[in-house]
Amino acid sequence: MGSLRVQQRLAGQADRPGPMTHTLSEAFLPTATDAAAVGFVLARLPRTTAPILWVQDRLSRKEAGRPYLAGIGADRPLIMVDLSRAADVLWAMEDGLRCKALGGVIGEVWGDPPGLDFTATKRLAMRAEAADVPCWLIRRAASPDLSAARERWRIASLPAAPHPHDAQAPGLPRWSLDLFRSRRRALGQWVATYDGSTDRLDLAAPIRNGALATGDGAAGQRAAG
Amino acid sequence: MERWQRVMERQGNAPPDDIPIVLAREGHHGPVIHATNRAARMNGINPGSRVVDMRAICPELQVEYADPAGDRAALDRLVLWARRWCPWTVRDGEDGLILDTTGSDHLMGGEAAMLVEMEAQLSLLGLSAQLAVAPTWGAAWALARFGPVRSVCGLDEVGVKLGALPVTGLRLDGETVLLLRRLGLKTIGAVMDVPRLSLTRRFVKAGLEANPLMRLDQALGKLAEPVASVDAKPRFRVQSRLAEPIFDPTPYLPELCENLCEALKQAGQGCRRLQLTVYRTDGDVSHVDVATSATTCDPTHLHGLFRDKVERINPGFGFDLITLEAGSVEEMQARQNRLDGGADDDLHLTRLVDRLSAKFGPRAVTRPVLRESHIPERAEGQVAALAALAGTGAAVMKERPLRLFDHPEEVRVLYAVPEGPPAQFVWRRQTHRVARYAGPERIAPEWWKDRPGTRLRDYFKVEDQAGRRIWLYREGLHEDGRGGDPRWFVHGCFA
Repeated sequence: MGSLRVQQRLAGQADRPGPMTHTLSEAFLPTATDAAAVGFVLARLPRTTAPILWVQDRLSRKEAGRPYLAGIGADRPLIMVDLSRAADVLWAMEDGLRCKALGGVIGEVWGDPPGLDFTATKRLAMRAEAADVPCWLIRRAASPDLSAARERWRIASLPAAPHPHDAQAPGLPRWSLDLFRSRRRALGQWVATYDGSTDRLDLAAPIRNGALATGDGAAGQRAAG
Repeated sequence: MERWQRVMERQGNAPPDDIPIVLAREGHHGPVIHATNRAARMNGINPGSRVVDMRAICPELQVEYADPAGDRAALDRLVLWARRWCPWTVRDGEDGLILDTTGSDHLMGGEAAMLVEMEAQLSLLGLSAQLAVAPTWGAAWALARFGPVRSVCGLDEVGVKLGALPVTGLRLDGETVLLLRRLGLKTIGAVMDVPRLSLTRRFVKAGLEANPLMRLDQALGKLAEPVASVDAKPRFRVQSRLAEPIFDPTPYLPELCENLCEALKQAGQGCRRLQLTVYRTDGDVSHVDVATSATTCDPTHLHGLFRDKVERINPGFGFDLITLEAGSVEEMQARQNRLDGGADDDLHLTRLVDRLSAKFGPRAVTRPVLRESHIPERAEGQVAALAALAGTGAAVMKERPLRLFDHPEEVRVLYAVPEGPPAQFVWRRQTHRVARYAGPERIAPEWWKDRPGTRLRDYFKVEDQAGRRIWLYREGLHEDGRGGDPRWFVHGCFA
């Protein structure tokens, strides 16, 4: 079982110049109402008190709800921008990436709008790298077309870990992560368990059958970069 | 009263003069009369008496409600308007103006001529006034209210002129006036004649409002009472006059912004609002407003806010005058928080909020804050990101979902047991089988806010067969007497 503390690695990145600056990543969801991607993105953002710019288009808000501050934690201020068109979402994200004071920029886009092409994602990626602000695009009901996002994930919920005190209640959330396109690290598939109280994300390779179970640790270490 | 009369005349439904009309305000025992018109005064109606009593005296009385705050604001404007006669003016209580005319009366040809001029100008505004000139604030107050018309009082005749006036002219509160009357002191002169020592002994502990001796000293000039004038706020406005009409103000904007910011900087001020006005050749005016979340006087930032808005100006046949005016001007101190001269983070953030609000409208950019409530949708409030951040409510202890739906979505359920979670439910035409659940967490309605029939909610965190964790609630209980069978709703999603 390979485990790592994501936020430590991310905190160490700022000192190291080079390819590991914050950049644009995309998260695709198989089902629209699944909140696993939101949880994963929030777990990956560096834990600071810098505000997060969260841009939603109208359909995402209507179909998948809005981020709920009581669940996210009030120590992380949000600036919500509710827009109706995907082009406006991209404009607002790009404008937000000019501001280095943000702790992250999250955009939610529904479907495959024509404005969200290779050029638009490349602009976002280059701006995110220039400002060193993590930028995430959460795509619902979308197909993974051509994109300049440096990392592309497919994220879904899995049945939760057992609750330590209550056998019939769901415990820590588990997600299946599929990194299917990346410039910086080896691709792979993991099962992640997230502990919100300690902000700890444990990655493990999925057990396809008993014979492969020995290789788990190596896969997890590779994910650490 | 006269302000009300002007307002009604402007609206075109002013009543005729012979109908008695009073303005009322709320008193301790029902409405009392605040002001009267002439017809009401002729009928013997006095300010300060109760409306019901006066209705008995004068059945055809019309009662309107007074607007004290509006009166005060109008009086504040009048204070500045009165600067035409002298540079030092201040509002006096609820119904008076004090003008320090020292050295400015000769411009109007003496004090008496000045009073005539003032009365004429005020009557052009539709206001009647009682005027007096005196060496002190207190003496002027008393002479204007109780003295002869347009009395002018020199420095040496204050005592003589005040002596004949009633003790009410000393600006005392009601109880002290009553006390002095009971003591047999009906005029100011009588108070002056009483030996000072005995009055001092009697009122040694009284405050200024209840102390006739101090008020007398103020009126006679023995106790200083300076007039603290208010400052009119300067208006920051730049304009550019064009030789011939144009249709697009964009090339002129940078220079206008720079000039305005230069003026603001020199005064040490910053603005939070900007109004760009173009005066069209066909006699019409159109304007564009932008707002910022923090006071600023940075020309490039302000210019950037107008980027897409200028297109919304309707130029008509062109315009030949552009003005840019700063609103909500506040004092601003330039801060440098890093020695290397780097800009600080807050500044970047406020500018980002400004840019987003300017493009998408202030209602699209919000900042969620926690509020004190157990009802999930009320525990989070939206404030405009432009507004200042108020104190936040307490953090929620229970587990809450990451996503919340604006409107809870009703689902059809299949029960296992009536009081527990459903065995399966149909949400958005998909069947979810409940594999595991946690709960219930019961949240009772807030009776001080909700309608009487509101039902309680039992929240369950359920996990379906695919592993998605959903926040469900049942509204009401079976047989709780508040409607039929309880309904089920999906309210949010956990990570």
